[in-house]
Amino acid sequence: MGKKCVAMLLAGGQGSRLGILTKNTAKPAVPFGGKYRIIDFPLSNCSNSGIDVVGVLTQYQPLELNAYIGTGKPWDLDRLTGGVFVLPPYVKGKTGTWYKGTANAIYQNMGFISQYDPDYVIVLSGDHIYKMDYSDMIALHESKNADCTIAVYQVPWDDASRYGIMNTDEDGNIVEFEEKPKKPKSNNASMGIYVFNWKDLRDYLIEDENNPKSSNDFGKDIIPRMLQEGKRMVAYPFDGYWKDVGTIESLWQANMDLLLSPPAFNLYDSSWRIYARNPIMPPHYMAAEATVSNSMVTEGCNVRGTVINSILFAGVQVEEGAVIENSVIMNGARIMKDARVRRAIVSEHAVVGENSVVGGAGDIAVVGQGVCLPEYSVVRPGEQADQEKA
Amino acid sequence: MKDTFGLIYTSQSDMCLRELTRSRSIAAMPFGGRYRVIDVLLSNMVHSGITNVGLITQRNYHSLMDHLGSGKEWDLDRKRDGLFILPPFVTKDNTGAYTGLLDALRSNIGYIRRSAQRYVVISGSDIVFNTTYDALLEQHIRTKADITVMYNIPSEEELREQSDRTHLKMDEEGRITDVEYSPILHTYPAVSTNVYIMDKSLLMYLVEVSAAHYRTDFVRDVLMSQLQSLKIYGFKLEGYVKRIESIPSYYQLNMDMLDEQIRTSLLSKPNPVYTKVKDEVPARYEEGARVSNSLVADGCIVEGEVENSILFRGVRVGRGCKVQNCILMQGVEVQDGAQLSHVIADKSAFIKRDRRLMGQPSFPIVIEKNAVI
Repeated sequence: MGKKCVAMLLAGGQGSRLGILTKNTAKPAVPFGGKYRIIDFPLSNCSNSGIDVVGVLTQYQPLELNAYIGTGKPWDLDRLTGGVFVLPPYVKGKTGTWYKGTANAIYQNMGFISQYDPDYVIVLSGDHIYKMDYSDMIALHESKNADCTIAVYQVPWDDASRYGIMNTDEDGNIVEFEEKPKKPKSNNASMGIYVFNWKDLRDYLIEDENNPKSSNDFGKDIIPRMLQEGKRMVAYPFDGYWKDVGTIESLWQANMDLLLSPPAFNLYDSSWRIYARNPIMPPHYMAAEATVSNSMVTEGCNVRGTVINSILFAGVQVEEGAVIENSVIMNGARIMKDARVRRAIVSEHAVVGENSVVGGAGDIAVVGQGVCLPEYSVVRPGEQADQEKA
Repeated sequence: MKDTFGLIYTSQSDMCLRELTRSRSIAAMPFGGRYRVIDVLLSNMVHSGITNVGLITQRNYHSLMDHLGSGKEWDLDRKRDGLFILPPFVTKDNTGAYTGLLDALRSNIGYIRRSAQRYVVISGSDIVFNTTYDALLEQHIRTKADITVMYNIPSEEELREQSDRTHLKMDEEGRITDVEYSPILHTYPAVSTNVYIMDKSLLMYLVEVSAAHYRTDFVRDVLMSQLQSLKIYGFKLEGYVKRIESIPSYYQLNMDMLDEQIRTSLLSKPNPVYTKVKDEVPARYEEGARVSNSLVADGCIVEGEVENSILFRGVRVGRGCKVQNCILMQGVEVQDGAQLSHVIADKSAFIKRDRRLMGQPSFPIVIEKNAVI
């Protein structure tokens, strides 16, 4: 029996604007919010929306992502029929190529989707922090008898020219699509979440692949083509929290949003839990000399210093006299005695040496994965300390 | 340890923990912020390479089954062997509750017979320590013992409190020559950890012979009465060992977890203790929170003051609260302004605004599951 809907999650992005944070790892594997990674959000959304077949399309630095997803057990996606599958590009006869674009990535995996003979395919991106009930979007797609439904989000007018903008009529039908318009006519930005009827999508993908001029991209080629042919395109307005964490600044900001009171993004909703692969560590320890305020701290941490407006991931060690303010400290990092970390992201397993100063007023400072800063190091605001510099 | 299977006996001598064990066995007791006692025992077996574990349950076993599920989180959801929960069943020879370990083994003789491994490690369930059984098995084989009993040397302070312990006397070679059970004044400092290793065939023989003579207690009817006929050796366990024998000892076990060295050696190194994952959000500290010398699990929201305490998952401590020397289990809510000292609050207890509860170190106040104060 066929599935109703298969999800295809585009996780091949390099995320080059995240600088050294994505040097060794794909953007969807970037840690977020104390115990999550970006990909936990779309995967948990699928699981909570009742979608039980998810293809994850990877190509950039897939090792960490592959290991993280594993059998899909943490997201309840290790299923008898279906589940989560990592789909890297592969050689087909003599023709194997990398994924040339988002549409090409799906094209190359049409065989995977066909196995389930679904009514619909939902295309997701692995770059955003949000909670969305995809079944709601599919219901709209069905009730409107649409050919394609695109989730849209009202962005501030000033930012609209950075997004793909969907212009709609009163009924929510998309009449025009403009990629990064100079003078936007609306502020309905595409969220990069598309629902297609599988049979139609297959035809479009084949047609697009045969067009040598195409860049094989959903936003640039497939959607404009469907509009041009007068297909029924429907906007699905989304008004929850939605954040692109494509830059260091926005990644930091999205983490800080969790600390607002009430939080701008609610992780405490037990009916829509965000799942993650959990580390096996004891609860965190706050020593007698520790001070902590307006912060999130998770398992395995050991805090002897001061933590203000910050997020500590699993297994972070904060020694005596160290002060952490407005910062994100990722898994297993160590902040040694009397170090000061302000407005910074300290990446996984990095060590900030004694009396070091990281960040301050200005742009966000970053200490890269596994970097060991010796004592009395200084990382200025906006600077990125990687292995070579340290 | 491939050729060994494990048996864990969850006893019913649970009245010593009063309200806390009214609806669960000691094996299911939560401790250390996110664990249960059984997690440690199972992890010890798994880290020893044992992949066939039978868990003998009786009476209040619902809580255990709920926690363990298929055993996946302990890597015991296996194609061959894995975790077997052995609940009591009533037949003409069975009443559903066991009068002793031998009685329990007799009821589960089918599982023992089916297990393909040569050796069996039997463990009780009211004591915690982090070890692997490799060295125990190695000594057992080297000394050609019939049974090897794991023991440790508890501190004098620990022994001051009266409890049902088994004290052992050994000769220079480590062979056990005398056993004292629950003595008022003990002669020997070595105390059994209720972990035994032996050949499966010997175990089956002992169980069958004992059943035929209506002998049900392993310590009395095997260890004590067959010291001469069997070669029974002792194996010394080093490191942190804690027996859960009373409310104060349970309280102490938790408070010991505030010591970094003990915490690490019992819970994470060299072998981590596995437990069920709950997918809680990281703990959240609001402005005005003050926390010192405390262990706090994920899902907690802290607005008030917490000192020398263990907060399990999803505990809420309101504004202006003072929580000192307390153990607050999963989902406990302490409303604004309440003051608690030396309190053990069981799951989902609810302490209303401005309440004051003051226990003593030697006699902590115990609040029942779901109670509203």
